[in-house]
Amino acid sequence: MDRNLKWRAALVLAAVIASLIYVYPSLTSSLPTFWKKALPEESIQLGLDLKGGMHLILEVQTEKAVESAIERTIDEIKYSLQKARVPVNSVTQVEGQQIGLVLARPEDLPKLNKILDEDFRYLVTKGTSEDAGRLNVSLGMNPKEAVRIKELAAAQALETIRNRIDQFGVSEPDIRPQGEDRIVIQLPGVKDPKRAVALIGKTARLEFKLVDEANSPEVALRDGPPPGTEILYHVQTDKETGRTTKTPYLLRKRALLTGEYVTDARVTIDQQFNEPYVNLNLDAKGSTLFERITEAHVKERLAIVLDNNVYSAPVIQEKISGGRARITGSFTMDEARDLAIVLRAGALPAPVKVLEERTVGPSLGRDSIQQGLNSIIVGLLLVLVFMAVYYRMSGVIADVALCLNVLLIMAALAAFGATLTLPGIAGIILTIGMSVDANVLIFERIREEVRLGKTPRAAVDGGFSKAILTILDANVTTLIAALVLFQFGTGPIRGFAVTLSVGIVASLFTAIFVSRLIFDYLLVKVKMKAVSV
Amino acid sequence: MELIKPGTHINFAGVRRYAYGFSLLLILVTVISLITHGGPNYGVDFAGGILIQMKFNRPTTAQAIRDGLKGLNMQHSSIQRFGAQEHNEFLIRVQQEEQDYEGLAQKVQTTLEQTFGKGALEVRRVEMVGPKVGQDLRQKALFAIFYAILFIVIYISGRFELKWLMSIILALALMAAVYLASMMGAGVTWLIILALLVTLVVCFIFQLKFALGAIVALIHDVTITLGVFSLLNLEISLTIVAALLTIVGYSLNDTIIVFDRIRENMRKSRKEPLDVTINSSINETLSRTILTSGTTMVVVLCLLFLGGPVISDFALAMAVGILVGTYSSIYVASPILLIWPPQGAPARSGRAKPGGRQGKKKS
Repeated sequence: MDRNLKWRAALVLAAVIASLIYVYPSLTSSLPTFWKKALPEESIQLGLDLKGGMHLILEVQTEKAVESAIERTIDEIKYSLQKARVPVNSVTQVEGQQIGLVLARPEDLPKLNKILDEDFRYLVTKGTSEDAGRLNVSLGMNPKEAVRIKELAAAQALETIRNRIDQFGVSEPDIRPQGEDRIVIQLPGVKDPKRAVALIGKTARLEFKLVDEANSPEVALRDGPPPGTEILYHVQTDKETGRTTKTPYLLRKRALLTGEYVTDARVTIDQQFNEPYVNLNLDAKGSTLFERITEAHVKERLAIVLDNNVYSAPVIQEKISGGRARITGSFTMDEARDLAIVLRAGALPAPVKVLEERTVGPSLGRDSIQQGLNSIIVGLLLVLVFMAVYYRMSGVIADVALCLNVLLIMAALAAFGATLTLPGIAGIILTIGMSVDANVLIFERIREEVRLGKTPRAAVDGGFSKAILTILDANVTTLIAALVLFQFGTGPIRGFAVTLSVGIVASLFTAIFVSRLIFDYLLVKVKMKAVSV
Repeated sequence: MELIKPGTHINFAGVRRYAYGFSLLLILVTVISLITHGGPNYGVDFAGGILIQMKFNRPTTAQAIRDGLKGLNMQHSSIQRFGAQEHNEFLIRVQQEEQDYEGLAQKVQTTLEQTFGKGALEVRRVEMVGPKVGQDLRQKALFAIFYAILFIVIYISGRFELKWLMSIILALALMAAVYLASMMGAGVTWLIILALLVTLVVCFIFQLKFALGAIVALIHDVTITLGVFSLLNLEISLTIVAALLTIVGYSLNDTIIVFDRIRENMRKSRKEPLDVTINSSINETLSRTILTSGTTMVVVLCLLFLGGPVISDFALAMAVGILVGTYSSIYVASPILLIWPPQGAPARSGRAKPGGRQGKKKS
């Protein structure tokens, strides 16, 4: 019994010391150097609802990526058919993901099929129909190819967004894919959620398009834009009043230069007007392209379009070599910086949609922590006092077990790197109330045994053995509920499930093992005469 | 110190008709409330929409805010005070099908700043859930409830009846029924109701008395908690669903303790009529029941009053759940054991009549 006692005590002591070691980093802001070498230094992770920050779920619209691919394919088909001298009336995009092709001469079908087999393996012929001497051919994307494009788009979007967030400068961002086309982003402590969302969600498709000087935007607005052109707007928001003005521009549809040629983008302050603007560097190919464009269209206006918004349309003064361009537009410093970030990180392969956004401001987070801690402290004190009063000495034993319980929970959180959320704090509080149960069961049994006239030793033994099965039993159901919540829950609820589960396990340990140990110690070493319960 | 003196003998089983009546009344109130309110009050988690929590630096009213939002055509949104009066915090909730929620919180802030002045308000929290995610979360919550029920039913029937074979059969029956129903395209809500019904019927037919008692108590507790929320028109959010599942676990906790004692006493005195055994068992465990519920209640009340408004709905759910859970372990779960006529023993006259037409509690 003696040896048994000794190593049980050693075990509990080891648990206590380990717990203290794990919890210590959360209590101080600076750890001594010797600590950092060998001992754990992770403090307890706080959830977004306690730390403040933003949680976002984005959906990459991979369908649009497929549609863009179809768009590009149409251009390529037209080119190939031209080269092969197959006359074709039209090649159009039908309902986003299909191509409608009209052959002028139905007998060209084998030639078309040859071209399709060689260069466009990923297209499948959906059907053909003759109509007034012409052949309508309907083409679609091979499903496997479509899947490949979607997966690629999702992966690229993830990388680009990760890139952007890295440059934005948030400490410890968490960016993960979810399912096929969703991205979960957590930005703890983000100061300006609005900027962050704008930065993340921007498709950032940069295009340089020529302004159609031959026709006027007003006429085009009335009668519809002439073929090969489109109307895009320059949107200006007055900073004071918030009113927006939209100026229409008539542009040639074909983008002469796109953002993929941009290697770098920097914010510079214009000395003359003291305004920030963004300086672009183009790669070799881009530089050459840009030189050719500016050479061929001197004195014409080249519009700089971002996500179908015209930023500016300066007049090309002369041929520009060296691959430098600048984007101006009455930016604030923040706006310029963000624009540079998205241009550097690259465009999103498909637009993203915000499915879910939860933001907690830091002040609310602080308040929640404060209030949560208050509840724990007051609740704990009340229970401690009550147990001591009601069960006397045994109550004090239960109190010791209870304090150890809370310590174990905190240590487990730190050790597993689990996140503490506000419902998690509620879970700790619940555990305080429920862990008392185990001790109550034991003590009530001991009381019964004492009433039946048993000796202290026998009473304690009897109490424990009769109660244990019931204790295990009863806690299992709450554990089941906690585990289900962990499986299906997200964020804050997971935090709750974790603290509840850990709390239950810890309370089983402390009630069965630790309380027993203390009782045994009192019986054996102190030779307790009567059980104070 | 002892709250309950040993030898206390309250006739719980005897008053069970009144208890049933009371429970039925509460459940009826719940059903009426749910019907009047058109179902549970789903928060943004399940219904989608955007919730903005704002703190003003001086006292104001919901009406003033409403007026301030006219510029955005949002004066019909739900605006409620949040937390204590002196905090000047309000919740604005917008939920419209075609609404584009992106950047809405920012627009609301800018518009209100025009009325209240720049820096007069602080956005403390924003929760925006698009309709797709809302639906996802609904599914998840329902599945969580379903699996929890499944595992708990299996555990109860196995543990209590010690007829593990029975419990496996029950589990298989459940899974078969649910599978068939889902093949026919039933939604998860119906699957849950179906699972519960199948369980109740199986337990009744096979005389799994303890399991039946426990499950009926469960359904009773969750229903009444939902009823309270419906009456007070409080929102059902993910956290509340978590609270409900915890209540399920906790209430069973209670019930198991009483049942264990009943079975122990049944073994000890086989000749004793069941209602007497039940009574003495409950009385014996009364001390423990009141104490545990009491201490848990105390800490939950701490959370309710000190924990702040964000967690107070959760605390309220827990408080109601604990209260009703304790009540149901004593007055609902145990007396259900008396539904079946006792085997062999002649019917005894006395305050407690076994068998009868009590009927079952169904949600």
